[in-house]
Amino acid sequence: MSQTLKQTPSQTVGPYFAYAWTPELYGRRPLATNRLATRNLAGEHIRIEGVVTDGEGAPIRDCVVEIWQAGADGLHAPGAAGFGRCGTNDEGHYFFDTVKPGVCEPGHAPHIAVTVFARGMLSHAFTRLHFSDEAAANAEDPVLAGVPADRRDTLIARRAELPGGVVYRFDIRLQGEGETVFFDC
Amino acid sequence: MDTAVHDAAGDFRPRDWAQHPPYLSPDYKSTVLRSPSKPLIPMKQCLSVRTGPVFGHDSLAPLDSDLTKNGRVNGEPVGERIVVTGRVLDENGRPVPHTLLEIWQANACGRYVHRWDQHDAPLDPNFFGAGRCITDAEGRYRFTTIKPGAYPWGNHHNAWRPAHIHFSLFGPSFLTRLVTQMYFPGDPLLPLDPIYNGVPEGARELLISRFSIDVTEPLWALGYEFDIVLRGRQATPMEG
Repeated sequence: MSQTLKQTPSQTVGPYFAYAWTPELYGRRPLATNRLATRNLAGEHIRIEGVVTDGEGAPIRDCVVEIWQAGADGLHAPGAAGFGRCGTNDEGHYFFDTVKPGVCEPGHAPHIAVTVFARGMLSHAFTRLHFSDEAAANAEDPVLAGVPADRRDTLIARRAELPGGVVYRFDIRLQGEGETVFFDC
Repeated sequence: MDTAVHDAAGDFRPRDWAQHPPYLSPDYKSTVLRSPSKPLIPMKQCLSVRTGPVFGHDSLAPLDSDLTKNGRVNGEPVGERIVVTGRVLDENGRPVPHTLLEIWQANACGRYVHRWDQHDAPLDPNFFGAGRCITDAEGRYRFTTIKPGAYPWGNHHNAWRPAHIHFSLFGPSFLTRLVTQMYFPGDPLLPLDPIYNGVPEGARELLISRFSIDVTEPLWALGYEFDIVLRGRQATPMEG
């Protein structure tokens, strides 16, 4: 291997990124949104939502959640749901309208890769969303298996069938009781 | 956005914590309640993180990389025009082509367009402060903008952020995602800034751009160079 260069250090997004990352409120065109699924996209259409909180349980309003997922067919491919970005609101709430991903790799349960950025986070944090109605697949999943059993719950989004559609609840706690599992990957 | 997928082969080198700031950096007060308190859990890299979104050239508008033009209402933005350019490379020294960069910054007076920014400094009606571009085949990018001003913040008594431009990059994978800040050479606020100082000693200097007379354009704009290094692939595939 050739000589290695040093990774450029990470820095916080700061509090003032919304006009650049989620600029709809400023009358600008976003590159990515929290609505990944067009009406005709194949698969079960779902909403993923939750609240991001800090070590005191206070909601974080200057936070962005990004997700990357396979389509219902398990492929990370053009036309799949793909990439989403959502800023939290004043209550720390975020949501994505998407489709439930299929199995993208043998042995892995259906899941969505998640990153969290916020003021006060000098590096973004990696986590992973699993689905509560995939208990059998989750039990076999090698990533969940690497997580202490008493913390796995933080990676499971809870399914609810509501009048408006299927909603999976996935709260993200940056610190303290019920702290979300974050990965070094 | 085009969601085509990069080559998914091969693991990436780990995040180098000798380069990156720790989550808890108490001098930067906001980290105290926002830093995970439990150790990160190692994860074997799988397809969903080895791949990542691709943003194509057709995602961008013609003025997206020129912040002196993309916010104009009735005239020129105020301040010192600058060109910021550089290369996006991976740890193996290879260029990262066709990858998206997003930048955002304060105006020349140190004021952001953001609706929460309360700093008592004027907004510039002709400066929005955000831009995007895609690297070329050699990993090069180029923005034209206005040099941002320093601004006060509430972290501690007499706290001022050094002038900086926020950079966001994707690279070929969900794992190569990076948000960083570019600073300017010789800024007297740098040694006093807890966000800059949150980065380990010896790595901080990588966040400081270089003034370049070669990039500087006569009668137009001063030039700065800022190269960015993303995680590269392992030399040999890791078996987990």
